[in-house]
Amino acid sequence: MRADRTSAPDAARLTVLFLRIGALNELQYRANFFIQLMQSLLALATGLVVLALVFDRTDELGGWSRPQLLAVLGVFTLMGGIIRSVIQPNMQRLLEEIRLGTLDYLLLKPEDGQVLASIREVRIWQAVDILVGGVVVAAAVVQLEGRVGWLEAASFLGLLALGATTIYCFWLMLAAAGFWLVRMDEVQELFTGIYRAGAYPVGIYPGWLRAVLTFLVPLAFAVTVPAEAVTGRLEQGNAALALGMTAALVLVSRRVFRMGLRRYSGASA
Amino acid sequence: MTGPVVPVAAPLPEEGRVRAMARLYATLMRTAVVEQFQYRASNYFYMIGMVAEPVVYLVVWSTIARSTGGSVEGYTPGRFAAYYIVWTLVRNMNIVFTPYGWEERVRQGQLAGQLLQPMHPIHHDLASFAGWKVVVIILWLPIAGVLTIAFRPELNPTLLQGVVFFVAIWGAYLIRSLLLWVLGMVTFWTTRVSALYEAYFVAELLLSGRLVPLALMPGWAQSVAGLLPFKWTFGFPITALVGPIDRRELLVGLGAQLLWIIIGALLVKAVWRIGVRRFTAVGG
Repeated sequence: MRADRTSAPDAARLTVLFLRIGALNELQYRANFFIQLMQSLLALATGLVVLALVFDRTDELGGWSRPQLLAVLGVFTLMGGIIRSVIQPNMQRLLEEIRLGTLDYLLLKPEDGQVLASIREVRIWQAVDILVGGVVVAAAVVQLEGRVGWLEAASFLGLLALGATTIYCFWLMLAAAGFWLVRMDEVQELFTGIYRAGAYPVGIYPGWLRAVLTFLVPLAFAVTVPAEAVTGRLEQGNAALALGMTAALVLVSRRVFRMGLRRYSGASA
Repeated sequence: MTGPVVPVAAPLPEEGRVRAMARLYATLMRTAVVEQFQYRASNYFYMIGMVAEPVVYLVVWSTIARSTGGSVEGYTPGRFAAYYIVWTLVRNMNIVFTPYGWEERVRQGQLAGQLLQPMHPIHHDLASFAGWKVVVIILWLPIAGVLTIAFRPELNPTLLQGVVFFVAIWGAYLIRSLLLWVLGMVTFWTTRVSALYEAYFVAELLLSGRLVPLALMPGWAQSVAGLLPFKWTFGFPITALVGPIDRRELLVGLGAQLLWIIIGALLVKAVWRIGVRRFTAVGG
């Protein structure tokens, strides 16, 4: 019943259009900017307090120096902004509509269901975290005094995009789980909680937890690997692994979403 | 403790009031237990999401302890593990009716129905959240078991410490309930409250022992924390069980909790009396 024929250029065009409308809608509420800015700065201040307490006692944490950990904090904040502005709001709306049965309206449209379900919401003020995180990363790079050339910058941005994609695919599978399980209310709390672990490089966690944060919840690729790139710690193997993991997740999550759609029976019954 | 604008039936004789109140609490708590057990999956998601926070702190600080000669301010990795595992229970006991919830109560007039009841609306919150805590403690036990296997805490409390801990987590629950009620009631005057709440929660995070044991904070921060209620709702109950703490400090802690409960209750009473006059609801 659905057309899955949305071509890549069409999908890009739709994405720009939807995000623009969403952003315009949110721009009406300017006061939210200051509320969000204050929240971002308080969260950042808390992160900096922890770093100060840590480096009061030691010179390095699990092989990471202070400016390097600052870069991790920056990437963590930046990625958190991406997640909360475009990924999570869409996935929560998807979950809600699966539960209520109102996903019908989306599926009736003559475009790819996954594309439409992923671009309908944008929380433009949450993107303040993207800016704040970017500034922190820049500050860390300055403190590192290492030259970040075009190559490092490009690999950082590339790995950041891959990381955001892995988180999107992960969330898509979480949302698709709603086709099978009814109550997924607190799944967002669960994700937000686990995401906190990304504020530190996954290498400091014990082996079993590191495995969870790499392959089950892909925080390693979302935060640690891009941070490695910008601090000059990246090993080629990790970049290749990130690429492979992203490609696998894109395919698997699309598959899972479609299997879920086949189970979906709508609201009219 | 009856709301001032409420026309109620003649007050019951003192003895009857106490009994009626006890029955009310028992019923509301029982209802909350049954209700929350239905949502055990949701409750579990919520609790597991919450566990990530202390695990992060625990890993960071035990890494530091190991790399700096085995301990930080007397905290070995095992003691950190004990601290942050007990943390998870204390954190759960600290969750009470959120001040953000007051926006709906006031703006949408939900308070109107509660004002008609012949007791102060805070009893409803205190009793039903206390019932939920019973469910939380039961659901917490397996989580604590898993964390214990994963992080091997050093925990050897005396009987007295155990008893004080059990009392102190309920003291913490009361203090935080009362203070957040006061904070929530600011909504009677303005609904632009999120900046105030955020600042409060960050101060609490830093000065309660939630982020790190207060012993790891600089001296001046510890002095500031001594003047505020936060550490009595978080750091104190944990330290009461994990130690090191002597008999005198245990008693002082319980005394400080009692003091803050009294301050909180008086504040609730005073702010409620002035604030509720500003409350209006529109019939629907």
